[in-house]
Amino acid sequence: MPSATVAPSPIHASPPAPTTRRTRRAGGQRITNNLTGYGFLIGAILCFALFSWYPMIRGVVMSFQRTRRGVTTWVGWDNYERILQDPSFWTAWKNTAYFTVLALVLGYAVPFVVAIIFNELRHARGYLRVLIYLPVMLPPASALFLFKYYAYDPSDAGLFNAILKVMHLPTSQWMQSTSMAVPAMVLASTWMNMGGAVLIYLAALQNIPGSLYEAAELDGAGLFKRIRHVTIPQTKLILSLMAMLQVVATMQLFIEPLILANGAGTQDSATSVAYLIYQHGFFQNDLNGAAALGVIMLLVLGGFSAVYLRLSAKQE
Amino acid sequence: MTTREYGPRTLLSHTQLTRGRGPAVYWTLLIAIVVIFTLAFIGPLYWMVTSALKTGQEVAQTPPTLFPADPDPQNYIDAWNNLTLGKLLFNTIYYAVGALLFQLVLDTAAAYALSKLRPIFGNVVLGAMLATLMIPAMVLIVPQYLTAIDLPILHISLLDSPFAIWLPAVANAFNIFLLKRFFDSVPQDLIYAGIVDGAGPLRILWSIILPISRPILGVVSIFAVTAVWKDFLWPKLVEPSPETRTISVGIYAFAGGTPQNVVIAAAVIAAIPTVIFFLIFQRSIMAGLTTGAVKE
Repeated sequence: MPSATVAPSPIHASPPAPTTRRTRRAGGQRITNNLTGYGFLIGAILCFALFSWYPMIRGVVMSFQRTRRGVTTWVGWDNYERILQDPSFWTAWKNTAYFTVLALVLGYAVPFVVAIIFNELRHARGYLRVLIYLPVMLPPASALFLFKYYAYDPSDAGLFNAILKVMHLPTSQWMQSTSMAVPAMVLASTWMNMGGAVLIYLAALQNIPGSLYEAAELDGAGLFKRIRHVTIPQTKLILSLMAMLQVVATMQLFIEPLILANGAGTQDSATSVAYLIYQHGFFQNDLNGAAALGVIMLLVLGGFSAVYLRLSAKQE
Repeated sequence: MTTREYGPRTLLSHTQLTRGRGPAVYWTLLIAIVVIFTLAFIGPLYWMVTSALKTGQEVAQTPPTLFPADPDPQNYIDAWNNLTLGKLLFNTIYYAVGALLFQLVLDTAAAYALSKLRPIFGNVVLGAMLATLMIPAMVLIVPQYLTAIDLPILHISLLDSPFAIWLPAVANAFNIFLLKRFFDSVPQDLIYAGIVDGAGPLRILWSIILPISRPILGVVSIFAVTAVWKDFLWPKLVEPSPETRTISVGIYAFAGGTPQNVVIAAAVIAAIPTVIFFLIFQRSIMAGLTTGAVKE
């Protein structure tokens, strides 16, 4: 039962009103309060209903229907069967999973290490913080065209190939190679997004009481022991929250394949589940199939979150 | 005193940093870090700005040149004219400002109702709003698009209308949550004082709550504006006409048949407003990120 029904609005109640008096005249007053409350809420509620709640239900319903020439019929699991038979489906999941795992290593561990290092610096911290957040503010299309045309240029004129050449290392075809496409997308995406994670970790690190480090040091704990026994346990909550957010975010990989690899890349090497949703929905005129894919993605993420929450609850 | 100079105790102690080889190691590492991070994060931006000043021939040259041999703003001029960047920039600003106003009015009102007016089932409404944070955007893209092109009951299409960006922007549970939590912290006594003076709910929101809430309103505004500026797929779907496109979508649409240098010049122009905006508001952006994320 929501607490709102128990406690009448503080605004309309006379300040020190005793509860007995309030309940006696509660009827009419409460209705007015609720009407005022919903008057303020109505705009947001309508927008949520139209663009979040209704589409949510509609997506699930659509995934069991098929619309042909304006006639909608129930088709059971047909859309799901068709989606599962699409040869790109498994490739897309494989790429998305690979991307997510790599992005966890690069986009999750690296920002934490960077934040620990930044936190030890007594100078230039403000500058470094602004620097690392700058790419987050770029429109993704701007940043990705930069990577596509210059960094991942497969000729020797590309930035990365030029660097590799100077270091006498073999050059790569980047997005045109089947094995490098996903790692290249992870690299671009990490560059674009790591600033947010670094700042959040920095804020968490700054909340660790210095006395804990002092105590650990007195106990003879070296640098790595202090990280293991103080820094990590003290930031555990934010670390586990970020891991989950990161997985949910990277599973939606879309703009990287679209811009860097014109969608799918060489032999579907860069296709993703989110890109398949887009393709089914807006190119193949298969809105129902796209809805079914959306439901599958939701189930996978929901399953992941459930397992993850269960595991982290056990650890507590 | 060194303590004041060095701030609070962290992983390393002051003595470790100030005694023996400490300072030498610290300064070497500091310089290395500053150089590496500058190269990694400003380097690509420098590359982007200067490459667009080069001729197509110079860009394809190996090894690449660090400075343009003969800087020529022609690519920027071509980008501006051929991609109608002025129009695209105007569209993007128009969508961003509109989304900001809609969010400020409707989300603030909603957060105020949920925090202070507390109508019946208010917590259920809040829960339903917060639940949307768990649903990835990609999952909803198709049914959302269908809703936008044929609104239920009204049967009007929002295609190519700014409302297609403004209205979904209001359905932002994260901003409502931030606002509500801030409003929760406004002392109840202030509100009682307002009631004693005979102020109605709207008056209390306008004259008591909003003036104290400036910091959080700033944070929400920044999030609202950057979200529109960075969004790609939704504007690509709902603003398909060349006249109503956003700048990111415009660059993408033109990239196919346009020389690389011109596309990069356009990408630079698209990035300039956000970079300037960021440099001006970086303090509030950083503060906002940490309020939003850490103090759960």
